[in-house]
Amino acid sequence: MAKVGLFVPCYVDQFFPRVGLATLRVLRSLGLDVEYPRDQTCCGQPMYNTGCSQEARPLAERFVRLFSGYEAVVAPSASCVAMVKLQYPELIGDTPEVRALAGRTFDLSEYLVDVVKVTRVDGEFRKKVGLHRSCHGVRELRESRSSERMDAPFDKTRQLISQLRGIELVELERADECCGFGGTFAVTEEAVSCMMGRDRIADHVRAGAEVIAGYDMSCLMHLDGLARRDGTKLPIVHVAEMLEKARLSR
Amino acid sequence: MIHHHPEKAKLFVLDDERAHWHDKALWFMRVKRDRAAATVPEWEQLRTAAEGIKLHTLSRLADYLEEFERKATANGIQVHWARDGEEHNRIVHGILEKRGVKKMVKSKSMLTEECHLNPYLEARGIEVVDTDLGERIVQLAGEPPSHIVMPAIHRKKEEIGELFHEKLGTPKGLSDPTLLTERAREHLREKFLQAEAGLTGVNFGIAETGGFVVVTNEGNADMGTTLPPVHIASMGIEKVIPRLADLGVFLRLLARSATGQPVSSYTTHFHAPLPGGELHLVIVDNGRTEMLSEAHRRKALCCIRCGACLNTCPVYRRSGGYSYSYLIPGPIGSVLGPHRDLAGHASLPFASSLCGSCTDVCPVKVDLHHQLLALRQEAGEEKLLPFGKRMGMKLASFVMARPALFRAGGKVARWVLRVAPGLARVGPGAVWLRGRELPEPPAESFADLYDREMNGKPEVKP
Repeated sequence: MAKVGLFVPCYVDQFFPRVGLATLRVLRSLGLDVEYPRDQTCCGQPMYNTGCSQEARPLAERFVRLFSGYEAVVAPSASCVAMVKLQYPELIGDTPEVRALAGRTFDLSEYLVDVVKVTRVDGEFRKKVGLHRSCHGVRELRESRSSERMDAPFDKTRQLISQLRGIELVELERADECCGFGGTFAVTEEAVSCMMGRDRIADHVRAGAEVIAGYDMSCLMHLDGLARRDGTKLPIVHVAEMLEKARLSR
Repeated sequence: MIHHHPEKAKLFVLDDERAHWHDKALWFMRVKRDRAAATVPEWEQLRTAAEGIKLHTLSRLADYLEEFERKATANGIQVHWARDGEEHNRIVHGILEKRGVKKMVKSKSMLTEECHLNPYLEARGIEVVDTDLGERIVQLAGEPPSHIVMPAIHRKKEEIGELFHEKLGTPKGLSDPTLLTERAREHLREKFLQAEAGLTGVNFGIAETGGFVVVTNEGNADMGTTLPPVHIASMGIEKVIPRLADLGVFLRLLARSATGQPVSSYTTHFHAPLPGGELHLVIVDNGRTEMLSEAHRRKALCCIRCGACLNTCPVYRRSGGYSYSYLIPGPIGSVLGPHRDLAGHASLPFASSLCGSCTDVCPVKVDLHHQLLALRQEAGEEKLLPFGKRMGMKLASFVMARPALFRAGGKVARWVLRVAPGLARVGPGAVWLRGRELPEPPAESFADLYDREMNGKPEVKP
């Protein structure tokens, strides 16, 4: 069996296939044996976050069945990874199998930095970039220090993309404020959700960003949807796409 | 009709200028908090220590409460126990009635809000004046507090000028904060002088000494307890801490988290009644023991009511205190309210994007956003979710459990969205599309691209 199981969240599979492909290419460029289990669908997060444990449980159980054989499971989505890592034990039982899978499931940035131990990124991205730090990456997976915490700062995604030649990472006024996507929150609390997203976009625009980069397509989808509706020229890009053509080394 | 957060929030957001003003005012508090916290190198250790002390105390709460009662009684404090809000109010009224008190001043206490003390006493002919400036403003306006530390944060200074003109006779159009505060000060000074009793809340009760601590910025608790001969303090059972040495941990966190001050202007220790006076302490349960009895809810009792989770909450900042059905708004209220009555506050666990900022800002590390997530599951189990949501999730789960159906369905859906984008305006897509566009549906899914990539065939652009 392949070493790395590629976990492409359902909405990425359907709406952002390029992001999945970029992730696959980044991993394979490192010489990793990557496999995409075809029967995967959804991790169950939308159901769980809505309070429907009963509907989420069978999906979590089949996810564990599909992915348990891999040495690592990697996804281009912090939020879905956080579901597996932090919520599965609560949802389907804290068994050794579930706990082991939780420990072996990673978002792309943390996998590259913590497991593969990529230190050098040789590539190019000649743009002013605003990095959207998605909440579940920040406060569940701890991919960067949250702005609320007072311990030593770090940022795994920034560590990778800041090495790209020509990139200029702009400083946001609110470094990791939520964009307001929040899964079904985006629909249930539509008014607040949209206001949150517009405020994020305004922060990026004020900072001079030409593009919003992120590691969670769900947030980016929401921000992109708002920017396009408002006619704001602020395209989105996933970190995997930024790293796709770069050479990563340990 | 059940109070529904999204509807109230929508109205708040509709006034875009005001909603942004509210957001910025509270974000400013968050920034001040960040600056203050950053000056303490051991901030994160302090949080861990505070959490540990609180959890330890809760693990033997009865023992510490009894010790506290013993020491307090020995100090000359009269200790009363109240099972619920009703009993608390009865005890307070009994004390006041016995001494013929007709006028009482009160400093900030969310517990008395919880017990609805003011209306109870007013109905029995006792004048209750809230003496915290923000509290007095909302009291004059006939409103509940919209924030637990800054009760009138939703009011602009012009509106307060208008209110003071009407209630306190300030010149029409006066909105200068210093002059308005001067007038409030004069007005409250009269009330302090007339008061026959003063009521305060309690921030910390110290088991070791039998004393308790009240923290304010305006000195109103001190004024209200040194002038009148009778002092009544209302305290929730979770406010006790073991030792005096523990207090410093909390005091260093409290003001910095609440307002970004290194320390509050007044931190007053009460140990005994004034000479010739009386000091009563009413210790209230009102549902706390029940919360304590359930492991996953217990942590909410660690809260020290600093309000930092409100200030940082991107939803609270953009929906205001009155959009929440519980008297304590924001993340902590959305946990405490549903812990008491889930059906009555069913929309609150969902009034969050689960961003987790509340959990990280909390000085005692209450796992607020995970409690909200757990409450959502309870709401699901108790069939409190809207019908559409429940059915939507059932359908989604059915499809997602069948990969072939998911792939075929996805293909059809993307095709439909490409040829007839208007159809997206039906169902949940309609709400999404109110303010946003949907992503452009691609011709191929990732699964399609994967096959080609692994078979070495060049990628075909959709």
